[in-house]
Order: sequence, then C-alpha cells, then structure tokens
Amino acid sequence: MSILPYLVAGWLFLAGCYGLATSRNLIHAVGSLAVCQASTYVLLLAVGYRRGGTAPVFSDIRPGSRPVVDPVVQALTLTDVVVGATLTALLLALVVQVSKRHGTVDPDELRELRG
Amino acid sequence: MSLRVRMVVLAVGLLGLAAMLVAAFRKLPGFGGSWHPYGQRAVETALGRHTSNVIASINFDQRAFDTMGEQAILFGAVLGTVVILRTTRDERRVEPEPARVPAPLRRYALAVLPVTLLTGLYVVAHGQVSPGGGFQGGVVAATALHLLYIAVDYRALQRVRSVPLFTLADAAGEAGYPLLGLGVLMTGASFLENVLPYGTLGTLSSGGTVPVLNAAIGLEVAAAVVVLLAQFLDQAIVIESEDGEQGAGSVGDGDGRRGEGGAA
Repeated sequence: MSILPYLVAGWLFLAGCYGLATSRNLIHAVGSLAVCQASTYVLLLAVGYRRGGTAPVFSDIRPGSRPVVDPVVQALTLTDVVVGATLTALLLALVVQVSKRHGTVDPDELRELRG
Repeated sequence: MSLRVRMVVLAVGLLGLAAMLVAAFRKLPGFGGSWHPYGQRAVETALGRHTSNVIASINFDQRAFDTMGEQAILFGAVLGTVVILRTTRDERRVEPEPARVPAPLRRYALAVLPVTLLTGLYVVAHGQVSPGGGFQGGVVAATALHLLYIAVDYRALQRVRSVPLFTLADAAGEAGYPLLGLGVLMTGASFLENVLPYGTLGTLSSGGTVPVLNAAIGLEVAAAVVVLLAQFLDQAIVIESEDGEQGAGSVGDGDGRRGEGGAA
C-alpha cells in the first residue's frame, strides 16, 4: 500500500494530540507535543522517499550514478528537529517554574488554583 | 466541562481530523515515486556549486535566508529558557558537593571526552562534504563537555564551563550569520548569496560560503546546548529555595542530582 507511511505520520500526530488533550502531567504534555512533532518528520521523509534511492550526499558516490531521495524535505526535517528540541527545552523550563510556583504539574489542578 | 463531555469532543475532533488526513494522503504523490521536481533541482544546483552534501547546500546556500530565521528561533528559545530559569529572589545558590565516581566510569568518560569533542568539530568542519554540519556537530561538541560531569562531578564541569563565555559565544554565532550576509551585500551581491569560490567538489574547501555559515551555526548550537543544559543542571543541583528545598522537590525532578545514586 503506497500511502501506509503517510498514515503512520497521521496516526503519530493523532496519538500526540490525544496525549496532549488527556494529559494529567505537564511533562507528559510536553512529551506528547514532541510526538506530534515527530509525525511531521515521518511525513516529510515519506514524501521525499524514492524507491532505490540513497542519501543525497555525493562524498562517496558519483553524481548521477544512483537515484537519491529528495534533499529538500530532509533539510526541512533538520530544521524541524532543531526547533523542536529547543522548544521542548523552553516548555520544560516553563514546567519547572509552574511546579515551583504552584506545587503541581497537573493541568487540571492548575485551573482550580486560579479559579 | 466534565471529563465525559471532554472525551466525546476529543473523539469527534480526532476522528474528523483522521478522516481529513486520510483524504489528503490519498491525493499525495505515491510513496517512493521518482517524481521529485524540487529535489532534482536542488541536487543540480548543489552540484553546480560544488557542494557534495546537498542538504548543507540547501540549508546554507539555497535556503540560507530561511536558516537565518531558524537560528533566530533557536537563539530566542535559549534566551527564553535562561530568563525563565534564572535564580529568583526567594532562591539561593549552593555549592555542589563532590561526588564519588567509580574508577572505570571515570577512566572511560575521560578517554571518550577528547574523542567526542574532536568528532563534533569534525562533523561541523565537514558539513559541506559529508553528512553533518553545524547543527549536528554543535550538539556533539557540546555533549563532550558534559562527559566531565559524568567522569568527575559538577564542580569540574562548572570550572570548565563559564556560562557568560558560552552565552557570548552563542550570541556571536547568532550575530555572525546575518553579519556574513551583510558582508556579502558589501561585495555587491544579494544578501547571503554564495560569493566565495566554489572550490573542488568533495574537498574541505568546497561549497563557497557554506562552510563559513556552517561554522557560525556550529558555534551557536554548541554554545546554545551548553547554556541550555547549564540552566537545567543548575536547577537540579545548585539552586534551592530559601527554605532549603532543592529545586521543585515534590515533583521529583531532582532525580538527576549527583551523589544520590552514585554513577548517574
């Protein structure tokens, strides 16, 4: 089936959304967001895949001798990974402060504290 | 909203999204097909500019302007983390205690440290030739430094890792990228255009401005990772609240503290 890799990406995204929505712990919520982000890596790399293709790096293969996979989506994935990692760090920093100020990392309890 | 209503709303939303995703995926070009118009043009352009790592050519030459935005996000996220995790008024900094490390672990980590550092620098320097580049190599180089924490203890890491210096390096890498672009502008070319000689394909000096921008990114990423980890490690080890409770205490994020479990 030729759309199976895309479906895997969609499934990962939905699983991450489910985790985000039902999360009882902010650290778990940040992890779920990372799962959502991972789905974009799978989707991008699946879009760029080419049957029989190799890595788009010509340090050890002669240009034109073999088909290569799409390098554009790989560059986008690299961007995605870097931004995702630093953003996760930023969110975890927020969680650290939330837990210090409110003494809890349960999003439901946080709402009760304000109300 | 009760939990039950929430779950129903969530289920409806997820199922609707799933249906739309499947409908969209069916219209995508089939998996593994040979039709990649952008990829083909990117490969041709990269080879025309003598950069054998096509991905580096895309990131630091063909899409160099976008990478500038991306590294700004990186810098912004690090800046935000530093601000959020600073020592607040009701907290104080304590001296970390020396920790005992098993001798084999210490020997292994100290032996691996220079190798890791060299690998990181190699990956940054060869970004235009082989897989890797500033982003990947920067992270590897920053990790090397933290082997000191594994091999000795946090005080050893603190002595080597001057946070103000690394913050400065982070800013230098961040500023260096647009400054290089402006320098290119001075020569009469477009912003961030590849103006340097392309060199020979597959050699260290190939790719024109790609290795230069790679180095700026490598510096920024390495410094950013060191600064980021410093903030989180300080929270777990050095910063405690005035009433003596370390870090966030009750939530149990102090598990990474040294000296409790011996070898971390």
